[in-house]
Amino acid sequence: MSARSHARAGDVAWGRMTKVNGELFALTYGAMVKRLLEDHSEIDEVNEHLEKMGYNIGIRLVDEFLAKSGLPPCSGFVETAEVVAKVAFRMFLGVTADVTGWNPEGTVFSLLLADNPLAEFVELPRQYRTLSYSNILCGVLRGALEMIQYRVEVQFVRDVLRGDDVNELRVELKEIMNEEMSEEYKED
Amino acid sequence: HRRPNDEAFAQLPHRLIPVLATMFLIVGRSEPLYELEIPTVSTASAGSLDQFVLHSALDLVETAMQQHTGLFLRTVDSFGDLLVSAYVTPTHVKFLLLHERSRSEDAIRSFFGDVQELYVKLAMNPFCVYDTPIVSKGFDDRVRLLASKYLA
Repeated sequence: MSARSHARAGDVAWGRMTKVNGELFALTYGAMVKRLLEDHSEIDEVNEHLEKMGYNIGIRLVDEFLAKSGLPPCSGFVETAEVVAKVAFRMFLGVTADVTGWNPEGTVFSLLLADNPLAEFVELPRQYRTLSYSNILCGVLRGALEMIQYRVEVQFVRDVLRGDDVNELRVELKEIMNEEMSEEYKED
Repeated sequence: HRRPNDEAFAQLPHRLIPVLATMFLIVGRSEPLYELEIPTVSTASAGSLDQFVLHSALDLVETAMQQHTGLFLRTVDSFGDLLVSAYVTPTHVKFLLLHERSRSEDAIRSFFGDVQELYVKLAMNPFCVYDTPIVSKGFDDRVRLLASKYLA
């Protein structure tokens, strides 16, 4: 599928989704992050907790995505990246991301997000400058990609809230998981 | 009304009577949240006296709040050549401006309105706690910009 048709598929899928007020969404997420900061003593623990929550969301999101987008299976990791950026992000967050920074082997790429609806109105106080505020997104990506057999690690390498000019998520493919039948189904 | 200090103030030697600069203050329910001294072309700053004037005008703001239905309370007090104008947000955060008589009311109203918008955006920050001093540098920069736009 070409880039243009990905973008169009994204718009169509976005149109089909029920919408929620963006401010309510941002405020809800902010309240949750604030609560986590109160519950944990270390900021790294909060980052990890956000990632785990995202993972739980991601593993459920993929079926919804495939159902609502109606897209055929991707031809490989490269096309998967494009579909995630142009269709999935658009569908669930209303914004598109750009795919850049591929390594020569085609196993590591970056997603650049100009707008982050989660972080609207947010200004990080000094004591939280190591907080990865939108870390839930990393977990969502990891969970979703795992359901289509890609085991990845995702990290926020640049964050507008921490002073950078763009949000950058680095996605690293660790392993393509093979479907394995469990013991009961194996023929002797 | 006549403040007890007015007489003492009038007796100060002339060279000690300070010339008051324009000052903007945001006051929450219990304490001041934000303060900005706006140096204008014609006057010099006199620091703590401005604060005294503004704080003593707070009582009058409370009275005006009960009488007025709108948010902009206009001029609530005067001190010599200077006026105190006030604006109250729906959450009872008070904006006070100490200024010269020459300021147009529309400019002040617009200034208050724009600061109110900034304040709302600040309040939407999940890390901002209501009624605590405002420490955001972004807020400070933007209020300064508004001050130079409407009040300089």
